[in-house]
Amino acid sequence: MNTTVILLLTFILSVTGLFVFIWSLRHHLFDDNPAAANVIFSEGEIGQIEDPSATAAQRSALQRTVDATHHPITVATDEAAARKELRDRLQADQSSAGVVFVFLSCAIVWLIFASLAGVLSSYKLHEPDFLTQYAWLTFGRTRTLHLNAVAYGWAPMAAFGIALWTLPRLLKTGLIGGRFALLGCMLWNAALIAGLGSIAAGLNDGLEWLEIPWQIDVLFVVGGALIGLPLVFTLQNRKVKHLYVSIWYMGAALFWFPILFLVGNLPGVHFGVEQATMNWWFGHNVLGLFYTPVALASVYYFLPKIIGRPIQSYNLSLIGFWALAFFYGQVGGHHLVGGPVPSWLITLSIVQSMMMIVPVLAFSVNQHLTMRHHFKTLIYSPTLRFIVLGGMMYTLSSIQGSFEALRAINTVTHFTHFTVAHAHLGLYGFFSLVMFGAIYFVMPRVMSWEWPYPRLIAAHFWLVVLGFAVYFIGLSIGGWLQGEAMLDAARPFMDSVRVTIPYLEARTVGGAIMTLGHLVFAFHFIVMALRYGRKRIGPALFHTSRQPVEQAAAVQEV
Amino acid sequence: MESEYKLLGGAMVTLALATATLVVLPYMQLSDVEPSPGLKPYTSQQLRGRQVYIENGCVYCHSQQPRGQQQAPDFKRGWGRAPVAGDYFYDHPHLLGTMRTGPDLLNIGARQPSEDWNLGHLYQPRAYTPGSIMPAYPYMFEIKDKAEEGDKVVALPPGYEPPGKVVVAKPEARDLVAYLLALDRTYPVTPPAGLPAGEGGDAEAQPEQGGQQ
Repeated sequence: MNTTVILLLTFILSVTGLFVFIWSLRHHLFDDNPAAANVIFSEGEIGQIEDPSATAAQRSALQRTVDATHHPITVATDEAAARKELRDRLQADQSSAGVVFVFLSCAIVWLIFASLAGVLSSYKLHEPDFLTQYAWLTFGRTRTLHLNAVAYGWAPMAAFGIALWTLPRLLKTGLIGGRFALLGCMLWNAALIAGLGSIAAGLNDGLEWLEIPWQIDVLFVVGGALIGLPLVFTLQNRKVKHLYVSIWYMGAALFWFPILFLVGNLPGVHFGVEQATMNWWFGHNVLGLFYTPVALASVYYFLPKIIGRPIQSYNLSLIGFWALAFFYGQVGGHHLVGGPVPSWLITLSIVQSMMMIVPVLAFSVNQHLTMRHHFKTLIYSPTLRFIVLGGMMYTLSSIQGSFEALRAINTVTHFTHFTVAHAHLGLYGFFSLVMFGAIYFVMPRVMSWEWPYPRLIAAHFWLVVLGFAVYFIGLSIGGWLQGEAMLDAARPFMDSVRVTIPYLEARTVGGAIMTLGHLVFAFHFIVMALRYGRKRIGPALFHTSRQPVEQAAAVQEV
Repeated sequence: MESEYKLLGGAMVTLALATATLVVLPYMQLSDVEPSPGLKPYTSQQLRGRQVYIENGCVYCHSQQPRGQQQAPDFKRGWGRAPVAGDYFYDHPHLLGTMRTGPDLLNIGARQPSEDWNLGHLYQPRAYTPGSIMPAYPYMFEIKDKAEEGDKVVALPPGYEPPGKVVVAKPEARDLVAYLLALDRTYPVTPPAGLPAGEGGDAEAQPEQGGQQ
């Protein structure tokens, strides 16, 4: 591609950008638009906190904290309308409860499986003679089992579960076609079991993130399509005019993923180096166009809901959406910096990686402005802790990712454990933490049952935060030292291996602590599913009753 | 926004753009790449070995893409020149890799051309490279009282053989080593006209057999 073409393209792009800008001004896209941000609240609900995972004491403290920084809540002017809205929400929650429970249960099973596979792989990396006798337990396979169980087990099951719960609420209608989603869930899990089995047995397509044989992928596609159907039906049946920003992210993600997966797995099309570019187009877009938008959608819904305040700048969230949709799709080439692929492609991906700062800042500024004056709420809301920390990790991992794409930094970090640490910051620090928070919020609604042991939520939080801090900090340092050693021609290659050993050990320790946190979480989930403990809350908090919580609970028994 | 059609339409356009730039354009640009002169197709044994490489996940620790000399000292380590697209003509699927927990292997066949070394190294990497964290692959070998006819006995450094027994390579180990020995892109290449030499940029660099670590 010569300079003239590049200049011409730049010119066209700039002019198009200008027109988009003019168009957006004409359509008042930059005006303040609080009405749209308020659609997640019912009549008179703003100012009312909601955290189903909190205990009664935590809830009243949370409410006091929010009240302290804002004028008293708006009063429902139309009592009847408020009641109807809450009834609708109750009905929306009930319509999705069974389906969501199945998805989240599967997510937890895969989370535990993936954690154990991850810790085992991590341990084997510094104890290379541990369990080498069996082919299926070799590092190359356990590591791949870990990745696939996360990428196609825990992450999508949690994402689908949360999306299926949130969408009916946001569209103010019941979930329609939940049975299709259940069937899809079964096919998906059957495919995943078959896929993990084949990886363990050595049947493998040989591409990172696309290891599962394409014959099995057919099942994923069918299952995924079935899971998507209720989204379409529910969308058609919606009772709201405005589509809240969370729907944008979730809706787009649920449509993006099947296309990514289908193109990525087309047998017999991709070849040689082209396959490598496709490989990272897929690998990065699964993160950027599936997990990330679902988690962002969750933050945009749960965060304002918990603190009872709408997000600060609704339009900023929309800019964030389109910028993410445009830039994120083209960043995959930064995985091939220095590789035998056309250099224009690498340059394009580096530029778009830097441009990702735009949507990331849009989100981060928004989250910060919404949380401003409310950071004390983190003390009282167990759910919010996960979600806000997860949101911060998004900022951190995205900015880190943008800079990692730059050639000067990439030269050090490429091919090292630094990249592994970065990947976990995104998929664990951001995505998984947000999903934990969302599950804590959703499950009491799904089960009409309170989390039996609130202390376990805190234990889960601190274990995964501590474990992950050890994991991330250790592996980042180790990866950087590894990269430095590799770039120094005077040092033998083995130096770059030896220097990482203490950090690889730290990773195993961190990973084990995280796994312990997951076991606590899974135990709590099972105990709740078996309905241990007292029934303390009902299916929805009625905000109209600002009575003491015990009394409110009695009202909800209806 | 109030229309789901506009939303999904927009979402599909952005994805189409991404697909066009990262999949379709490379497809068009690279579809007429010829194999580099000097590159030989894999034999069926080498292809079986390549399959063993994939099955055991070697790609997760070993890249097959040395970087150019102005970027990294890969060439000085004996890993070879920066490759061009034509060097991967026969690679289905690609195994470029993204990790170097171990060294790059694109030219391991030129660097370690001994079958015995490679077999022994697979059986116990630490017998050859102290401190290596590569897993041992005992399941690719059989331990016998004495070798039978046609057996490939692995010559191990003293102290690593099981006492009184011999270590015999299974066919999968021999296939894998055949593939590793075929990894040799040290022939010279010139970038084809119209196609950039890739990120490495020093495709013309004449390879040398020296420069071992």
